[in-house]
Amino acid sequence: MLCYHCHLPVPPGVDLQVTIRGASQPMCCVGCQAVASAIVDGGLARFYKYRSGQQQRPNADRLDSYAAYDLSAVQEEFVEPLDDEQGTAEVAVELLVEGIGCAACAWLIERHLGRIKGVKKVVVNVTSHRCWVEWDNRQVALSTVLRAMSHIGYRARPAGDEAIREARSRENRRALQRLGVAGIGMMQAGMLAVALYAGAFDDIEPQWRQFLRWVSMAIATPVVSFSAAPFFQTAWRSLKARHLVMDVPVSLAIALAYTASAWATISGTGEVYFDSVSMFTFFLLAGRYLEMRVRHRNELSMEGLGQLLPPVATRVRSAAGGRPGADESVPVKALQPGELVRVAPGDVIPCDGIIRDGISHVVEAVLTGEQQPVRKASGDAVNAGTLNNENPLLIEVRSVGRQTRLSAILRLVQNAQMEKPTQVALADRVAGYFVGFVLVAASGVFLFWWQKAPDHALWVTLSVLVVTCPCALSLATPAVLAVATQQMRKSGLLVGRGHVIGGMGRADRVVFDKTGTLTTGRMSIARVVASGGCSEKEMLAIAATLEAGSRHPIAAAFLGCGQELSATAIDNRIGSGVVGLIDHTRYAIGQASWIGALFGHPIELSVKPASGELWLLLASEAAVLGWIVLRDQLRSDAVTALEELRALGLETELLSGDRPEAVAALAEQLGMDCWRSGASPEQKLAHIRELQSRGHKVLMVGDGINDVPVLGGADVSVAMGEAADVTRLHADSVLMSGQLRTLARAIALARRCGRVIAQNVVWALIYNLLALPLAAMGWIPPWAAALGMSVSSLAVVLNAVRLKHS
Amino acid sequence: MTSLYLLIPLSILLLIAGVGIYFWAVKSGQYDDLDGEAERILFDDDLDESDPEGNDGR
Repeated sequence: MLCYHCHLPVPPGVDLQVTIRGASQPMCCVGCQAVASAIVDGGLARFYKYRSGQQQRPNADRLDSYAAYDLSAVQEEFVEPLDDEQGTAEVAVELLVEGIGCAACAWLIERHLGRIKGVKKVVVNVTSHRCWVEWDNRQVALSTVLRAMSHIGYRARPAGDEAIREARSRENRRALQRLGVAGIGMMQAGMLAVALYAGAFDDIEPQWRQFLRWVSMAIATPVVSFSAAPFFQTAWRSLKARHLVMDVPVSLAIALAYTASAWATISGTGEVYFDSVSMFTFFLLAGRYLEMRVRHRNELSMEGLGQLLPPVATRVRSAAGGRPGADESVPVKALQPGELVRVAPGDVIPCDGIIRDGISHVVEAVLTGEQQPVRKASGDAVNAGTLNNENPLLIEVRSVGRQTRLSAILRLVQNAQMEKPTQVALADRVAGYFVGFVLVAASGVFLFWWQKAPDHALWVTLSVLVVTCPCALSLATPAVLAVATQQMRKSGLLVGRGHVIGGMGRADRVVFDKTGTLTTGRMSIARVVASGGCSEKEMLAIAATLEAGSRHPIAAAFLGCGQELSATAIDNRIGSGVVGLIDHTRYAIGQASWIGALFGHPIELSVKPASGELWLLLASEAAVLGWIVLRDQLRSDAVTALEELRALGLETELLSGDRPEAVAALAEQLGMDCWRSGASPEQKLAHIRELQSRGHKVLMVGDGINDVPVLGGADVSVAMGEAADVTRLHADSVLMSGQLRTLARAIALARRCGRVIAQNVVWALIYNLLALPLAAMGWIPPWAAALGMSVSSLAVVLNAVRLKHS
Repeated sequence: MTSLYLLIPLSILLLIAGVGIYFWAVKSGQYDDLDGEAERILFDDDLDESDPEGNDGR
């Protein structure tokens, strides 16, 4: 059974529902239930009818404190006033939104936020995942707006990187303008050319011929000077660097064709190629634009993830006499070593430091991948980015910002990525040789005709350059990549970097992390062993009530098991269990030995738990009620997914930091070729490097922060959709759907993609090589050159679109 | 046929106006989000009050 909201499987024992559009729909967790209820209560249930994309499971256990964003110190950075007048209350902010799956999400957000009193304008950009909000500061606070977004399941954060966004937006708009001018110019010049071609067959009167030529030139001039400008700039740059790029013959052809045609117009002789020039420019620009869109999309999906530290911290001002003074909220950036900060339970620790007061448990998953809370007391060191789970802590700051251990790990990733093996695209390599060949051939043709019939020399050479212009070649790759990227996105794999599709097609070994990748990463109820006296459902209800307030990962397994009971006097002993009072009876859940000591009846665990299983005893003061077995469940499609990967001829490997017994058992169960256990992040990276040095092309799939370095070093990396922000930020692609079977589909698509690109390149080459001798003989008039170019470009694009249907 | 001497330049003027409007549209951000805007027209905005569940009167 799948959750109606996020489409992930509903764990056994969970029984949550929301009535949507008249029917009761299952939910997989309280997070999805809360979001679905908010959507329905807001009268926006139509969202489920409109949506076409993936919905993310909302993070129910993250306590985002949005109040920090109301502080003026923090708002100074992100919020801009709409009016230049003093004391204006109309302000605006650009937000980064996580969780947008399709245009219906934009509709939902705009509707939901637009209803808040004081919000003036909400516009969501589905492509860039940004939201522009204008509101009245006096009527509503930014924190209210952000909280409203989280109610419907989207996490929003003010976007800070103005410069990059501006540059990208400018690049996109400029390219569109150039494309528009080239397209319009192409069509106008084309129309006039038809008249001229007809006239070439039928005897057009000289004054009309001249007139139409002049008009063609007037139209082609902005196309060449404005739209084609990037080609000239790139060609010039590459020539200075002694590199031959495709832009060199392109620029040469365009410049020569235009100049020669202009001269022909002025002198009234020879042929004009204005329509070919405009057509070139348009097709080549179209290819570049597709490439740019893919590149921009990659960059967008990568940034905007990864705010690991809170924006503000509570600094304790030291009063005179050395005793701590009043608390104040300051931006985390303003903290200095030696100061004291107070971190409340549920908050992220903002710096590296030493605990001066307080005892608590801290979840260090950010650094180690370990979900088990670690006990910390006075004198212990804590790290930035870790989560304080239990009690308030008073911490003395040791390192902030770039000096923290978190920052060091992120730098390790960046370095791993810089050394990543790169693949030069097939078309680019071909282009290099092709360019040289064309230039040589063109010069040869010119010399030949100069001796034979000097009048024709220029025109024949021009037609050679025009005909062999690598239009189809330059469209070959981007067209295919654009279609393939979109197809992958539809299957649930968000491609983040340009080399992903090529790398996936060439991969011969897939390496998996264990916890959170092949398994769901959260404890769920495997089975309930009742010892009599209580039904399984009742046992789960009691357990859920006892664990209700705890933030321990074990407690998460019980969410949704029924909360009709209420408990008092709950005592949560981390590491041992929970005891509480329900309906005047004391119940306890947890370790057998502890409960035995608590209630006075010794209990033995007679069954040896299988590896990976956690057996919890549930007992009342009077009797033992039974056992609840938790385990980290294997993903439902893991077995099938691995079979499919093997069927594709790939070697599979398990690389984990966990204990050997657990890793070996899982590798056996899934039929993997090899496995490695107990690996630290550095060891994982070293192993990948070793595989690469043996010639393997490695595809790495992971989810934990401890996987981040190895994800950066693999040829292609995939992060699970539920992975932590920083993991998704540094992986090459994100598996949004969480379905492992998508991997096999994606690899098959990537291989098809590689074949289609090769087909396109071969076709483009054949066309050029056939047309070259024809042009060298002087047999190709301008209309034939234009026709040949459009047909070959069309063939390449249509071949690319074939990917959609196979 | 001599009318062409007038008509063609006239059409070029129209062209320039068209391109000018296109430039303005691009600059004002109307081409920034090609995915969302395409689907936006499919959403019914006037159903809010009468049919919040989107049941289409069923």
